[in-house]
Amino acid sequence: MQSNAALEYDYSLAKKFTFLTILFGFLAMVVGTLIAAQLAFPELNYLLGEYGTFSRLRPIHTNTAVFGFTVSGIFATWFYLGQRVLKVSIAESKFLMVLGNIQFWLYFVGALAATISLLLGYSTSKEYAQYEWPFDIVVVLIWVLWGVNMMGLIGIRREKALYISVWYYLACFLGVAMLYLFNNMEIPTYFASGGLGDPIHSVSMYAGTNDALVQWWYGHNAVAFGFTVPIVGMIYYFLPKESGQAIYSYKLSLLSFWGLMFVYLWAGSHHLLWSTVPDWMQTMGSAFSIVLILPSWGSAINMLLTMKGEWNQLTDNPLIKFMVLASTFYMLSTIEGPIQAIRSVNAIAHFTDWIPGHVHDGVLGWVVFMIMAAIFHMSPRMFKREIYSKKLMETQFWLQTTAVVLYFTSMWIAGITQGMMWRAVDEYGNLMYSFIDTVTVLHPYYAIRALSGVMYLTGFIMFAYNIYKTMTSGRVLSEEPQFRTPMA
Amino acid sequence: MFHWLEKNPFFFASAISIVISFAGLIEIVPNFAQAGKPLIDMKPRTVLELAGKNVYMKDNCMSCHSQMIRPFKSETDRYGDYSLSGEYAYDRPFLWGSKRTGPDLHRIGNYRTTDWHEAHMLNPPQIVPGSIMPAYDHQFENVADIETAYAEAVTVKNVFHTPYGPEIKRGREAWDAYRPTLIEEARLIAADMKDERVKEAMAKGDVPEVVALIAYLNSLK
Repeated sequence: MQSNAALEYDYSLAKKFTFLTILFGFLAMVVGTLIAAQLAFPELNYLLGEYGTFSRLRPIHTNTAVFGFTVSGIFATWFYLGQRVLKVSIAESKFLMVLGNIQFWLYFVGALAATISLLLGYSTSKEYAQYEWPFDIVVVLIWVLWGVNMMGLIGIRREKALYISVWYYLACFLGVAMLYLFNNMEIPTYFASGGLGDPIHSVSMYAGTNDALVQWWYGHNAVAFGFTVPIVGMIYYFLPKESGQAIYSYKLSLLSFWGLMFVYLWAGSHHLLWSTVPDWMQTMGSAFSIVLILPSWGSAINMLLTMKGEWNQLTDNPLIKFMVLASTFYMLSTIEGPIQAIRSVNAIAHFTDWIPGHVHDGVLGWVVFMIMAAIFHMSPRMFKREIYSKKLMETQFWLQTTAVVLYFTSMWIAGITQGMMWRAVDEYGNLMYSFIDTVTVLHPYYAIRALSGVMYLTGFIMFAYNIYKTMTSGRVLSEEPQFRTPMA
Repeated sequence: MFHWLEKNPFFFASAISIVISFAGLIEIVPNFAQAGKPLIDMKPRTVLELAGKNVYMKDNCMSCHSQMIRPFKSETDRYGDYSLSGEYAYDRPFLWGSKRTGPDLHRIGNYRTTDWHEAHMLNPPQIVPGSIMPAYDHQFENVADIETAYAEAVTVKNVFHTPYGPEIKRGREAWDAYRPTLIEEARLIAADMKDERVKEAMAKGDVPEVVALIAYLNSLK
């Protein structure tokens, strides 16, 4: 029907999820900044009584960053680029539109309810999988709705060959589904005990060492399929689109994609080095972590080489800056991870602040930068308006880049300092420091980290403001920009 | 082959699923039964200790404390014997933690006492100068959910054959019959405590969260 006319894509769902991305991103960063400050200034633990301690808030920070911010970013970009690379408007199917809206509302309400449950202390205690069973069911429902929507859109596509980004979104869907289901196997105690106690409470299907193995197979790969795979999918679409350059190498894309799929999941056990899981599993985790550098750097290099001969764009288009810096942080993070997975390094690094440092150069530098870049690219096309302020974008870029650098450098120093102090012995072989000595020494680094949080959050508020102004008062565009995003 | 796959989404998705399943199958499945074995003669936690474990989870203690002593001299000197797989066989979930903002707690029952914990939970920096741990005063106010802990014991006994005695069984009657045993166990802990709120709650037949938590911490040996 529409074969000859230019396609009109329907961005209503992409817009809705974009709002949620910004909302949850803001929430995750506010809580993150607060808990970072609590470590430097413990009095801040008492702002909200029982509900305001570091321990109660930390899962809210992590889960809102993963399941709030990142997942809405994945949905928002999928509902934007999915249509475009498959050459089909989602509005061509009433069914998919309805499904998408159900997904949105279920997700919005579910995410809020789940956050409140964490605040009240309902937690299964498995990292990034803390939601209790009723909320797990909601997560699974949302995920299935999204999967059906994706498959449906692929089913009615005009472009027969699936573009690279679609591979990654498909893998994200399948990977997270598998991991989430297996790791969250739990039995509600209320039903198994003849109606005793709290209906929301449950007990894990796995115990002890097995539970740890399943959890870190999940925990590591939730990062893989939530923080890496879909984000790579985004950059494969947005970087060529923004720069007007074709992807450097199809073969490298193939190698990186299938390599990542095969290798990533083995590396989970590097979270359990020196623990009670069998040695051969630990060694496998270590070895595959090193191999993982190949496919990770493969994607990143493919992105950087895509800019070959066009590096001048870096100087005058802040959006390109965001994406190039994102892939650079991706490279940093994916070399740092394998280094930490080497047994001898891990002996020092594990349990210290180097680990949150590593997580945050990946998430703040790579995931958040890429998602913000995607939203900057999508906004003028969704709202048919020019970006409100290029200057604000530039300022935000430098502020947040400085913040990330402060974050990871302070945490590197903090982590290695603490790791070395824990093992330091005097000339007679006695431990040199009591535990508290290794805590008080970290104060300046915790203060720097809190400051970096404030800076990053400020940058994010600038971003939100810029998008808001773009929607409401950016100059109206008469036609859709082809490549470079117009900005005032 | 890849070009063909990219035009056939069903097979593409199947290929991804196969490729990503390998790791879990090869790394997790073969050792599953063996890694689940308890130490010889190991007893599961009492219901009161389970209630304490649930307080530990509710206030998310593992975001700052590990329960995994690694086999290094610097760790065994500081915390005691290194941890063994069998010690965790009844822990659902595992509570190893991934970050030591505070010290490891896997053998804290060996070197801290009830009154130490009481004073420490009320005001950590007073007991450990320089501590950045917040006070957990609300654990003295809140009542522990002992019924849910009992439900948990029943569940793991029936579903996973955790070796609890015959007194742990389904239904409200069994719970009512068991409850006094638990209260008695809690009294032994509370006897070493000074806080008035704890005494009042115990007199009413309630168990404050902090009492259950300390029972749990004392059981970590």
